[in-house]
Amino acid sequence: MTEAEFEALRVFLKARSGLALSPDKRYLVESRLSSVCTRFKLESLSHLVREIRTSRSVALEKATIEAMTTNETFFFRDKTPFDLFQDVLLPKYLKERASSRRLRIWCAAASSGQEPYSLAMLLKEASARMPGWHIDIVASDISTEVLEKAKAGVYNQFEVQRGLPIRLLVKYFTQTGDQWQISPEIRSMVDFRYLNLLDDFSRLGPFDIVYCRNVLIYFDAPLKADVLRRIANTMAADGSLLLGASETVLGVTDALTLDPAHRGLYSKTATANAPKVFAVAAR
Amino acid sequence: MSYCLIVDDSRVIRKVSREIVESLDFRVSEAENGEAGLKACHTEMPDVILLDWNMPVMDGYSFLKELRSTPEGQAPKVVFCTTENGLEHITRALEAGADEYVMKPFDKGILAAKLHELGVLPVSHSV
Repeated sequence: MTEAEFEALRVFLKARSGLALSPDKRYLVESRLSSVCTRFKLESLSHLVREIRTSRSVALEKATIEAMTTNETFFFRDKTPFDLFQDVLLPKYLKERASSRRLRIWCAAASSGQEPYSLAMLLKEASARMPGWHIDIVASDISTEVLEKAKAGVYNQFEVQRGLPIRLLVKYFTQTGDQWQISPEIRSMVDFRYLNLLDDFSRLGPFDIVYCRNVLIYFDAPLKADVLRRIANTMAADGSLLLGASETVLGVTDALTLDPAHRGLYSKTATANAPKVFAVAAR
Repeated sequence: MSYCLIVDDSRVIRKVSREIVESLDFRVSEAENGEAGLKACHTEMPDVILLDWNMPVMDGYSFLKELRSTPEGQAPKVVFCTTENGLEHITRALEAGADEYVMKPFDKGILAAKLHELGVLPVSHSV
């Protein structure tokens, strides 16, 4: 693959998925796209780039984007965002939404489903405190391949051991050989949808709680600011956003404000009707 | 420094487990079966026990029942680490008083996550 071809691939990935690949990520492209070449019977990465440019094959474009997407996830990943859900957010919204008895949650980069299913299990555990409540969990991702896995809710032994308390495994999963499937009851609580965060998602909302973890790190600053602003617009006035541990809105947008008491938890800024995008983000 | 007892008849598994928990800043002892494990507990009650199921002399299940039958034996967090990966064994282990269950093979990430969940992982090793 020549420098020009690598550059063409970078431009394509940025335009179609928001993924900002730095020039030193050439090894990543080579390791992840070789399987796409094999699948589409292309001799080399040079052929792949040429094919994307000339044929505009939707299947090839999609496979290329999916191969470059990082899908690492596990049940109750990082623990803290789920402790916050249980100890802070759920009590808050049980009180604030007592009259409507409705709660809407969005997992904006749901990958293979472990994050929304973790929340669904916590909600199921709390169901005695929520009689008559209507809960929506919308879980979206750019990869149809991982969404299919998420919908099936089937995980291997390694996946169910990483972060999932054994009591929840016993309670909500059935075993077939080395595979474990999450119960139909929990699966039915989550609405999986294909979504590219570059596209308009304003009609998905409003949401009380948004989980958008470990995805913005792959975007450049202007796109990060744009996505955060649009996420803020989908949030209820008293809505909450949870970002990944290494992510922040600081210096990116003022549409969201960090909860000083809880790392990774953001609320919609009161003046978010006309959010300001910081100069550094606009460059 | 928290104290971890590894009860497993496989020297290889004990060695691998020891390396993992020592890297997580635990002080470690080993026992090669349930009976030796109980003796070790009488000498000093561990904070965490990593427990195999199938062992000669006394198996892990009998060890756990015996341990939990005493007041002082309620304290340790017990994590089964076994090739018995069926739902039936997991349910039996939980009913007998196990706190967590790890299906072999496992790695440091899985074990660290379980210990974190149980609240016994030193803060410096949070996952």
